[in-house]
Amino acid sequence: MALNRKIAYINLTTGDIEVKPIPLDVRRKFLGGRGLDAYLLLNHSEKGCDPLGPDNPLIVSGGILTATCASATARTHVMAKSPLTGLLGSCNMGGFFAPEMAWAGFHHLVIKGKAEKPSYIYIHNGEIEIRDAKNIWGKTTTDAQWAIRDELNDQEVKSLVCGPAGENLVAFANVMTGIKNAGGRTGMGAVMGSKNLKAIACRGTMDIDIAHPVEALEYNKRFIDQITSAKVNKTQGTLGTPMIWGATNSWGGVRTRNFQYNQCEYADDIEPERIDEICEETMGPYHMSGCFGCQVHCRAQYRIPSGPLKGKYDEGPEYTSQGAFGGEPDCTSAETVLVGNHLVDQYGMDNLEVGSIISWAMELYELGIITSEDTDGLDLRFGNDQALLEMVERICFRKGKVADALANGGIQASRIFGKNSFDYLIQVKGMSNLHSDERATPGLALNIATASRGSDHLRSRPAIDLYHLPEEVLQKIYGNPVPYNGKLSSEHTEYVGKPWQVFWQENCYMGVDCLGICKYHTTFLGATLPNFEDWPKVLYYNTGLEFTPEELWEIAERCNMIERLFNLREGLTRDDLEKGDMLNHRYFDEPTRRGAPDVVGRTIDKEKFVRMIDEFYEHKGLDKKGKPKTKTLKRLGLTNEPSHML
Amino acid sequence: METKDKVLMINPEKCTGCRLCELVCAVKHDGASNPSRSRIRVMKWEMDGVYIPMACQQCQDAPCMGVCPAGAISRNDELNKIEVDYDKCIGCRSCVAVCPFGAMGFNSIDKKVFKCDLCDGEPQCVRFCEVQAVEYVDADDVAILKKKEAAKKLHATSHKIALKKA
Repeated sequence: MALNRKIAYINLTTGDIEVKPIPLDVRRKFLGGRGLDAYLLLNHSEKGCDPLGPDNPLIVSGGILTATCASATARTHVMAKSPLTGLLGSCNMGGFFAPEMAWAGFHHLVIKGKAEKPSYIYIHNGEIEIRDAKNIWGKTTTDAQWAIRDELNDQEVKSLVCGPAGENLVAFANVMTGIKNAGGRTGMGAVMGSKNLKAIACRGTMDIDIAHPVEALEYNKRFIDQITSAKVNKTQGTLGTPMIWGATNSWGGVRTRNFQYNQCEYADDIEPERIDEICEETMGPYHMSGCFGCQVHCRAQYRIPSGPLKGKYDEGPEYTSQGAFGGEPDCTSAETVLVGNHLVDQYGMDNLEVGSIISWAMELYELGIITSEDTDGLDLRFGNDQALLEMVERICFRKGKVADALANGGIQASRIFGKNSFDYLIQVKGMSNLHSDERATPGLALNIATASRGSDHLRSRPAIDLYHLPEEVLQKIYGNPVPYNGKLSSEHTEYVGKPWQVFWQENCYMGVDCLGICKYHTTFLGATLPNFEDWPKVLYYNTGLEFTPEELWEIAERCNMIERLFNLREGLTRDDLEKGDMLNHRYFDEPTRRGAPDVVGRTIDKEKFVRMIDEFYEHKGLDKKGKPKTKTLKRLGLTNEPSHML
Repeated sequence: METKDKVLMINPEKCTGCRLCELVCAVKHDGASNPSRSRIRVMKWEMDGVYIPMACQQCQDAPCMGVCPAGAISRNDELNKIEVDYDKCIGCRSCVAVCPFGAMGFNSIDKKVFKCDLCDGEPQCVRFCEVQAVEYVDADDVAILKKKEAAKKLHATSHKIALKKA
């Protein structure tokens, strides 16, 4: 059964491997996936540990429902202290890795130490082996995966790898599986690189017994029907996430020229329909693919249509690549977006961070803060597609002064560039924001300011805020499973009720991350999708464990609090621009210059923003400084952390 | 349900590679999630974006039936399928070796061969495949449905040519 999947502690320095069961009482407190990872990180790392040192534990997991007969349980979660932020490092990706790891017998890996030489871990039906990676080191993400398959003589092996960027300790190097499934954020690839760990390869043929198979099968069918009937998912299934970029750009919600504009003009060539056209032209009418067990199939397939890399196969691009290689640097060619996407996939870098940080450098270049001498003659202007793509490569291989600085992340780079370069960096907690512009949407601004892994949309974004849903509907969604008696507003430009929505979404996303399912299967983009009310049944039919919606809510709250405890331990302070829940001054000072009538001319009102943070803290049970109140820790059973249950 | 002469019709082009068919097949038959128990498997060429679901073709002149030394494999005309009689099966795996599609599997946990039984007329892979890469249709219709798909492509191409010329 899913609950007999184990946890393995692997020490790469000594080669010691210890396997333990995951006790039921731990499951009842943290479920699995990201929540249990957070608990393990807090318990297995020392305060102030070097993110690129041997003592930083790299934790890899699937959720409690991974590979069971629930819908879209494909997500792999990776956690460690982040080399980019010095705070919580956490990333989540689709594909086929976590299910394979579960069939091979494991739900969680805690990897410590540093291998003497390049190595990879091979897990096969309960057996764990540390192997020499001399033939794999240096390879791109896909070449590395195929080389492992050839070496193990098994084409069914699924691997999680770091690319050349991870080996070069680029602070935002990602981990990847398959062609383009990326655990993008917070530099987990660099943590792998620092451990001389190129890959984790899994192959499993062990049963995961389903507690109530007939019911699980029937409920899965119902669940899938609910998910695929949501219009947003139907659109995702044809256009993929680019449709979000297109929609957001239409009203003025995407960053352009770093942060100078909030809408990308002349974007016809990178609109979702155009990208879809290229996919169809190069891959035929059926060019969407899916992660394990998922019927949304939001991943497009394409071949680069023109230019020197013409014909190269890749998947995506996600809307983050439209932002990173389109809007932000103001390069509005489909070819550039598709090539940029391909390069970061192959090198193993976070497309979001890459696009964001290069756009920042472009702004600095145009301001004269960095010069062509610094860039070795590269004309790093906005709209220079060639310079953008050249920079991607330079960052991966740390070529030249500017790229080498950028490879350490924005905050470190700003110290090297000096002057007022930091003022232009659109980041929270040291991690660049994605391509979205939140100046007209206070709820979304609160989300990026308080997200536990830094500026990020997948931790607590109340995305349905943009749909102007009637207040009764909002009350129905946000008033469950725990009552909310405050006001909610249908207006995305409002401040009222947003702290509760962000708090609610934070718990909702933690919930799916613990279960190991995809956010397209919950209240993220679709208001009608399953959440707390529906999860107890899925859990019961598949694992036999019984929970109430309220209990699941409390587990999510607890896991979020563990992440908070980790961040506080590592130096999070409320108003700190580098390590706090605070936005760059430009959100408050520079009004938006484009967009729909209710969007243009907007800034975030700082006073109201501060009050939102206060209210958000109140909901979370934190004091005004953002630290948990004693009664909150007591209520969540966290007075004794680290408690070393595992 | 009228099942006589119904067959699985697989259109690999439509397959998204999600392998939900493998999951539900294993859960339906064995109550466990484990693709190695699945009667249908998706073969992949990831670098080309090609996914091809493979399952038993329920052959008219089935090599597995011919090779079986124990006479354990027979044709069920009612459901238009080839089935294994486990009381007779000696587990020699000759059928696994001879099947041209790799559709006969051997389960090393239960030490038994296994193959698609069309879920006795309600194939779960079909039920769960939203993109209809796997369908359950009258054998007589397979060719006409394929013709229609092919014609659609020809039509689209000629339409595009016409547009370009215009």
